[in-house]
Amino acid sequence: MDDNTQHRTRLPMRARLATTVGGAAATVSRLAGKGDGSVIGGRISLRLAPDLLSQLATGRQVVLVTGTNGKTTTTKLITAALAPLGGKIASNIYGANMEAGLTSALSRTPDAPVAVLETDEKYIPAMVKATRPKVVVLLNLSRDQMDRAAEIWLLARRWRDALAAAPDCRVVANADDPLVAWSAGAASKVTWVAAGQRWREDSWCCPNCGAHLMRDGDDWACKECGGRRPPVSWLLYGEEVIDPSGRATRLGLALPGRANRSNAVIALAVAEAFGVHPSHALAELRKVTSVAGRYTQVRRRGCDVRLLLAKNPAGWLEALDVMVPPPVPVLLAVNAQGPDGKDTSWLWDVDFRRLRGRPVLVGGERRLDLAVRLEADDVAFRLVNDIDEAVDVALATGAAGTGPDRAGPGGTGPSLEVLANYTAFQQYRVALGRVQ
Amino acid sequence: VKSLRLVWVYPDLLSTYGDRGNVLVLERRARLRGLPVEIVEVNSDQRVPRDGDIYLMGGGEDLPQTLATRRLLADGGLHEAEGRGAVVFAVCAGYQMLGTEFGGVDGSPVQGLGLLDMRSGRGERRAVGEIVADVDPGLNVGRLTGFENHQGITRLGPGVRPLARTELGTGNGDGTEGAYQGRVLGTYLHGPALVRNPGLADLLLHWAAGPLPPFPAQAEELANALRAERLGAVLQ
Repeated sequence: MDDNTQHRTRLPMRARLATTVGGAAATVSRLAGKGDGSVIGGRISLRLAPDLLSQLATGRQVVLVTGTNGKTTTTKLITAALAPLGGKIASNIYGANMEAGLTSALSRTPDAPVAVLETDEKYIPAMVKATRPKVVVLLNLSRDQMDRAAEIWLLARRWRDALAAAPDCRVVANADDPLVAWSAGAASKVTWVAAGQRWREDSWCCPNCGAHLMRDGDDWACKECGGRRPPVSWLLYGEEVIDPSGRATRLGLALPGRANRSNAVIALAVAEAFGVHPSHALAELRKVTSVAGRYTQVRRRGCDVRLLLAKNPAGWLEALDVMVPPPVPVLLAVNAQGPDGKDTSWLWDVDFRRLRGRPVLVGGERRLDLAVRLEADDVAFRLVNDIDEAVDVALATGAAGTGPDRAGPGGTGPSLEVLANYTAFQQYRVALGRVQ
Repeated sequence: VKSLRLVWVYPDLLSTYGDRGNVLVLERRARLRGLPVEIVEVNSDQRVPRDGDIYLMGGGEDLPQTLATRRLLADGGLHEAEGRGAVVFAVCAGYQMLGTEFGGVDGSPVQGLGLLDMRSGRGERRAVGEIVADVDPGLNVGRLTGFENHQGITRLGPGVRPLARTELGTGNGDGTEGAYQGRVLGTYLHGPALVRNPGLADLLLHWAAGPLPPFPAQAEELANALRAERLGAVLQ
């Protein structure tokens, strides 16, 4: 009897049947070419056994990863950082991050003693209850698709209440984000990480009492209620991580950008909670080069194309920081389908002025919204119908994209940076041959 | 020439979703006409300047909306400016704040700024989606197109006029949308409401600066194309 069978036999009969039927549906969905099948598989399983998730989580060490931005990447980084443990790790690597996606990830890997699960912000209270996690990771909290998401102060309160009711759980939280710090402040065990905060438009005021916060660099404090940034044990300092022993180490990641350095430091703090030595964990983090197509570099007709995904103002801000300098052209694309949020208002929260003076191409189903936005920021641009039109421009420009963050899109040949929101990104990914 | 002073009220509390767009559109359309513009962002721990020409208020969640109202009542600057004829333009939560009462945290009534004769409460369902509304013909502004995301119901008193009649979407909840009274105007269109409604932006500029000189049509080709695309997409 192998480990797989052993774990399954511990499940009640109805739950065992549910995982088998759900697994079959996922296979059919994958064969039919409809994504990776994790959501449909999970939904069918849940209908058969509503408490299946909690049964599947029993006996495992679960990590839940949430926040507005960086969930998918951080989940992948934590999974990598825990590789030195040696066992299997269950994870919803395709970003299906609600109850069905979590259930599917666990039922697909019944013999994994550890699970690292990306979790939608709204589902944290229910998922904490169902999976009784060893660690909950809170990355950041900012405005995102508010036509379907809850308001973020409300969300922060729900996190706070859920964590206060889970005394055995360790929270790894970004102390530099006041909303996150307030949510984690109610937990009994917290590892505070100074992971930085680039986007501040949602945290000028104290989440506890509403007074305007005093901010000085990354430090923050409330003069009304006395709330302040908690003392941290992990710190992201430029390109380096400073660990709890005070030692500074250069991160040297393959993934670009400040946001990913921030995600990596969080992953190191989680690895520590599992007893993995930081140097062993970091060696694994450095091997991660792309995450479900994000940061992937593809060659198209002799042009090096790099794909960046960002879904909201905070994400676009970080992505614009990552881009290699001009004159490498930038293709921006925006859709407003269900998963993107049907409201494009958020474009007005992004400062595009730094794109002035470089070739900018505008695509996606809502390219007119983007065009009007760029016009207001005095950024010259050209509308394109598909990625190949943008590649034509990049080939004609002929600029190579080697940036300060290791390499950009490519080495010495013509390059193109692509920044798109969710469904626009997926459309380009398909056009480029479903790159990973 | 004296600069047109645009005062953005409390972006630290009331700027939920692209509200900066209204500041940028007013600035652009004033500059296209050769009007110099000065933008003043006032945070909730600062005094509201009394000498602005146009005051802008954005959207916010329940708690920030209540806090912002309390501070504006204590500060008195917005009322003083309105009293001497300044223009006030507010969207979404900011619009509700202009009335005599609105629904705060848990829906309990909160005293508003009292600059518009209307009161708001919490409705049964959240209104989320595209909205189209025909503006009061007296204002000479094209049909409104925008996005709404609120759970408010607003009842207008005899002292205000509805800004528009809804063709698609919820607005105030009784077939009307928004309200105005003197030079104070509010709407449930949220965030960058002026982006797709340049006529409304020009109305506010006209109120603040008098008759406006024309500018080259090509400078608003994109905005008009976006407007037409959205109206076409939602009205079928």
